[in-house]
Amino acid sequence: MTNIHKSIYRYDYRRSSDQDAAAIVRRPVVVVGAGPVGLATAIDLALHDVPVVLIDDADRIGEGSRGICWSKRTLEILDRLGIGEHLVAQGVTWKLGKVFRGDELLFSFDLLPEEGHKMPAFINLQQYYLEKALVDRALELHPLELRWKHRLTGLDRLNDGVRLTIDTPDGPYRLDADWLIAADGARSTARRLLGLDFAGVTFEDKFLIADVRMAAEFPTERRFWFMPTFHSGQSALMHRQPDNVWRIDLQLGPDADPVVEQEPERVRARLDKVLKAHPYELEWVSVYTFNCRRLDRFVHDQVIFIGDAAHQVSPFGARGANSGIQDAENLAWKLAAVLKGEGGSALIASYDSERIQAADENIGHSTRSTDFMSPHSTAERRLRDAVLALAPTAEFARRMVNSGRLSLPAVYDTPLSTPDTTPFAGTAKLGAPLPDAPLTRAGGSATHLLENLRGGFALIHAKNGVAFDGVAGGAAPRAFDGVALTVIGEDLFEREGKFTQRLDATPGATYLVRPDQHLCARWRSFDAATVRHAHQRALAR
Amino acid sequence: MPKVLPMAKLVTASQFPDPDTAYLTLVEARRHLSDAEAAELDTKLVLILANHVGDLEVLREAIALAKAAK
Repeated sequence: MTNIHKSIYRYDYRRSSDQDAAAIVRRPVVVVGAGPVGLATAIDLALHDVPVVLIDDADRIGEGSRGICWSKRTLEILDRLGIGEHLVAQGVTWKLGKVFRGDELLFSFDLLPEEGHKMPAFINLQQYYLEKALVDRALELHPLELRWKHRLTGLDRLNDGVRLTIDTPDGPYRLDADWLIAADGARSTARRLLGLDFAGVTFEDKFLIADVRMAAEFPTERRFWFMPTFHSGQSALMHRQPDNVWRIDLQLGPDADPVVEQEPERVRARLDKVLKAHPYELEWVSVYTFNCRRLDRFVHDQVIFIGDAAHQVSPFGARGANSGIQDAENLAWKLAAVLKGEGGSALIASYDSERIQAADENIGHSTRSTDFMSPHSTAERRLRDAVLALAPTAEFARRMVNSGRLSLPAVYDTPLSTPDTTPFAGTAKLGAPLPDAPLTRAGGSATHLLENLRGGFALIHAKNGVAFDGVAGGAAPRAFDGVALTVIGEDLFEREGKFTQRLDATPGATYLVRPDQHLCARWRSFDAATVRHAHQRALAR
Repeated sequence: MPKVLPMAKLVTASQFPDPDTAYLTLVEARRHLSDAEAAELDTKLVLILANHVGDLEVLREAIALAKAAK
C-alpha cells in the first residue's frame, strides 16, 4: 500500500505494573486489538464497571484508508458510549444514494425516509477520526487500561481462563485473564494461536481505492456507476469524506496487477478521467480483493472472537466495521452480567448465536452484491447486463440492481426474547433495536428515546393504562434491581406522536429493553411478576 | 373526451418480496454452465414461463419491452 499523506496519532508505550509483579497477575477481561471494535468493547465494558485491559501491538492509529461509512445503528451505539454527537458533528451526513448505468441515472434511494431519529442514516468519517474519538473516550474511563506496543504472542488455556504471553519493548510478560476478547482483525493472532479455520469465499476481482483531496462541488451522496463512461472497468463508486477528501473506488477486474496499479502515474491517469478538470492531491491508494467468511463459532471457551477476527465481508454495504461495533455492544453487557453473577452462562452462548445470525445476514448480502457487481462468467454477465438494460423501464429490474445493500441491524431470533402474547403494530420488533422517537423532557427540552436508555435494562411504560386487576390507573409500574423505569407521560413526554406510533404504545403498554437497546418483551399492561420473569429470561437465568 | 387506450397487461412492478434472492436464483442456475448451455437454459426458461403466463397479449408486450431496452 502507498501511504502518500499520513494522518497519525501516536501513543507512548508504558510499562505496566503487571510486568513487574512477582506472580502472574489475573484480570477479568483482556481485549486484544485497539481498532474500532476492540475500543468499543473495552469502553462499553468499562461503562458497565468491568475492569478491562486493552492491548495493541502498534503505538499509533491513523494509517490507511479503511472504513468510512458509519451507519445509524453504529452511531446510536457510539452515542451511548459518549461520542456520537462529536462524530456526527465531525462527519459528513448523507442518506441519498444514486445508481448510474453509464451516464444515465437509473434510480436514487433515500436510506432514512422517516423523520424523528436522533442519528442520521449514515455519516462518512475517516476511520482514524473514529479511532481517535474512541481512544480519547477510553482514556477518560478508569476501569480501562490501554497498553500500546503490547503484542500478543502466546495463548495457553487454563481450566477457567487463559494465560497470555505479551511481548513489549521491555521484553515479554505473562498475564492471566478470565476472558480474552479477540478484536485483532482479519489477520487475527489469537485465531492463529488457537489454530482455527477461517474458510469462505475469496473474490478474484481487484478494486482500486483512492482517497483524493480536492475542493469539488459534487453532491453529498453515494454515487455508484455500472459501466461508467470514465472508467474501463465494470463499476465505480464515489463518496465524500470530511476535509475535502473523496473516496473513489474503481473495479479493475481479476487480471489487474496490484503493484502496477498502485503506481502514482497509473492511478493519476485513471483518476484524471474520473475527475476531469478538477485538481486533486492523492491521499491514499491501495488495491484490494476481498473475502466473505466467518469462524464456525465465535466463542471458544474463554476466548471470544469479535469483528473482523470473527467474520469478513466485502466493503459494499458498509457491513464490516459497523457489524463489528454491533458485535461489541452485543457482547459487552452480557459479559458484564456474567462477571457480576447476574447473568447465566448461556448469555455468552447467545452472543454466539445472535451475532452469527447477523454475520450470516451480512455475508449473504455482501455475496449477493458482489455476484451482481462481478459476474463469474459471460452468461452471468449477460443476465446482469439485461437487468441493467431493463432497469430504466421496468421497476422489477430496478429492484434487482445491487450496488451494495447498506447495513441495517439484524433482528435477532433469540431465546432471550419473551414472545408477544398480544399483537403489536408499529415498527418496533422483538429482537431488534428499539426505533428512536422524538420526546420532550419534564423541563420542556427536546430529547430522543434512545439517548435516555444508557446501558442497563430499561422498562418503558406508557401512562394511564388499566392495571391487571382491571382498575384504571391501578398498580403503578415500578423499577426492579437492575431495571430502570421510564414512564412516558411522567418522566418523558410524547412530542410528535411518533413514539406512540412506532411502538404501538396504547395506554399502559410496557416494554422491556436490553442494555443494548434491543426490545426483549412487551405487554399491553404492567404486571410485576411477568416483567420480572422476562428480565430473568433475558439474562439467561 | 380523450381516447382511452387499452391497459397494458404486462406487470413490470416488482413482484418478488426479495428481489435479490430471485436474481441470485437465476444466477445460480447458470453458474458453471458454458455460454451455449446457458443460452439453451434461457431459451427453455422463456418457453416454460411463457406457457405459465398463458396470455398472448402479455407475451407480445414482454417481447416489445425486451426489444426496446438497450
